[in-house]
Amino acid sequence: MTTSSSTAAHRARTAAARPMIECRAIQKHYGDYHALRGIDLTIRAGEFFSLLGPSGCGKTTLLRTIAGFEDIQSGVILIDGQDMEGVPANSRPTNMVFQSYAIFPHLTVAENVGFGLRRDPRSKAEKAAAVEEALEMVGLKGYGKRASHALSGGQRQRVALARALILKPKVLLLDEPLSALDRKMREQMQVELIKLQRQVGITFVLVTHDQEEALVMSDRIAVMFDGQIAQLDGPEALYARPTSRRVANFIGVMNFLPAHVLGDTPNGVEVEVPGFGRVEIPSANVSHSDPGDAGPQVGFRPEAVSMVGAGQVAQGRITEGVIDEVVYYGDMTYYDVRLDGSASFDGKARPVRIAMRNVFGREVQDVGTRAKVSWSPGSLVLFR
Amino acid sequence: MKGGGLRAYAICYLLFLYAPIVLLPIFAFNSGTIIAFPLKGFTTQWFLQMFENASMRRALGNSLTIAVCSSIFATCLGVFAARASTRFEFPAKGPIMGLIMLPLVLPEIIVSISLLVVLLSLGVQLNILTVILGHTLICMPYATVILTTAFNSLDRSLEEAAYDLGETKWSAFRLVILPLVMPGIISSLLMSFTISLDEFIIAFFLAGNEPTLPTYIYSQLRFPKQIPMIMALGTVLVLMSIILLTIAEYFRRRGIAKTGAKDTGGFL
Repeated sequence: MTTSSSTAAHRARTAAARPMIECRAIQKHYGDYHALRGIDLTIRAGEFFSLLGPSGCGKTTLLRTIAGFEDIQSGVILIDGQDMEGVPANSRPTNMVFQSYAIFPHLTVAENVGFGLRRDPRSKAEKAAAVEEALEMVGLKGYGKRASHALSGGQRQRVALARALILKPKVLLLDEPLSALDRKMREQMQVELIKLQRQVGITFVLVTHDQEEALVMSDRIAVMFDGQIAQLDGPEALYARPTSRRVANFIGVMNFLPAHVLGDTPNGVEVEVPGFGRVEIPSANVSHSDPGDAGPQVGFRPEAVSMVGAGQVAQGRITEGVIDEVVYYGDMTYYDVRLDGSASFDGKARPVRIAMRNVFGREVQDVGTRAKVSWSPGSLVLFR
Repeated sequence: MKGGGLRAYAICYLLFLYAPIVLLPIFAFNSGTIIAFPLKGFTTQWFLQMFENASMRRALGNSLTIAVCSSIFATCLGVFAARASTRFEFPAKGPIMGLIMLPLVLPEIIVSISLLVVLLSLGVQLNILTVILGHTLICMPYATVILTTAFNSLDRSLEEAAYDLGETKWSAFRLVILPLVMPGIISSLLMSFTISLDEFIIAFFLAGNEPTLPTYIYSQLRFPKQIPMIMALGTVLVLMSIILLTIAEYFRRRGIAKTGAKDTGGFL
């Protein structure tokens, strides 16, 4: 079974699952600061859900609100159908992995993991077995007797996970759990977290400011700005069809070009884009612009279009241009291309960024050479 | 040689500080009754005389009682103050913490006289209880400083994690915070104990007829015959202070090692 098919199967299962967390019209103020401005959100059982946004967008506040660490001024939070109003954090069916991991430095690894079992009526031996099982689950079998302050970052993270999961919560809340790790470790933990979530079947809610992390791990992502949810979608939809320029800019790189809206057609909207000419944008790719945006624009991802080499057969439509800049990344090359006629709109040249994978046999093009760019209307998104 | 002047300065400085203290044990073991060189011979009779002296023992008992009680009180209050200042926000926090630290800079004689006036006008009998009160007051700033450092070094999410894992606010404090600040609590206790033990002015004003070690020593200085015994007592006190400070520093360092924090300097 490949990862992608299991991911697809998992998403199909969770798409029909019952709601696990329901947030209704949540408002939160810190004095004059309006941290959460009417959050409406449903997180499904068994889902790997991410709250993504820049710092100060309210994502951590929302997570802490679900955990019960923060009071809300108005709104309702239901966890598995139960109203959480007046339920303190220590009685909620949630457990949290803190950004700092919050490993108790005076206790051993096993004592840390077994901390939540203090009030558990089971015998000492049964609890010890549960601790060992939890440690095995996170790949720390046999680490129980170690002093916790001597662990590495990745190991602390695993202890924090085991400590939270041993209580079999309905929801595991993760507050930027990977931000303290180096890049290699982070990528490894991303995969492990996905596997772990599939294995235990618990709903995971992850807070992150790293769009790549959210795209890699999540079944669905809520992008937050200024205490509001800007878009809630699966990773592919969020990347391919952002519903606002702000989301498009936050997730990955997107080229923007000014557009003249010519009129609606049965299947979408017809626009005139400098460099691209007349295009009919499919209605699925039409979004509304944010307040303050200067007129309608079309956007596309650097890899949504491609450059056609000499002798290659082009697919879709072709636009020509001149290469302005070449940035070589090893596996990828980024070209900034000035499309012919792209300055026709207001005289400003707007080079667009095109990403090409460096496959064997394809030469990296030089600055100043002419390039053929192949694209299709389906790869453009209109913000009108 | 480069830096020779500075070296000489440092040596003079240390001599000035510690040479008088070194003289204490020398004369404590000297068999002559006059505190002067040349030394006459070795004896331990002054120590024996000290332990046989009933009023000295009474002073020692009083001093120990006062030091133990006031260090415990100051540390308990210090825990409250440190926790409040590191964990909570409340109106006028700065001025309140400032008032707690004030006895550190107020002249002790002023504190003593004010306390004396207030206690007498309230009709309170002067005894060791009033000294404990005064000593708690002057030990509080030290306890608060030590404990605030200890509380500050804690990650706030530790407590939240314990609470999240099903503990109550109190048991989270007891199981996680208290063990982690314990080194701070022990240093605070020892520090306060040391301060209280050799405090003179407050004890002099507020003790009524009860002697403490410092006031007893002061009263005995009028009798030249007693001076060798005072030297012996001084030797014991210096030894005790060094031992206590060493223990305090040991716990402070162990606490830092335990939580993996950075050493930001201590007393030793």
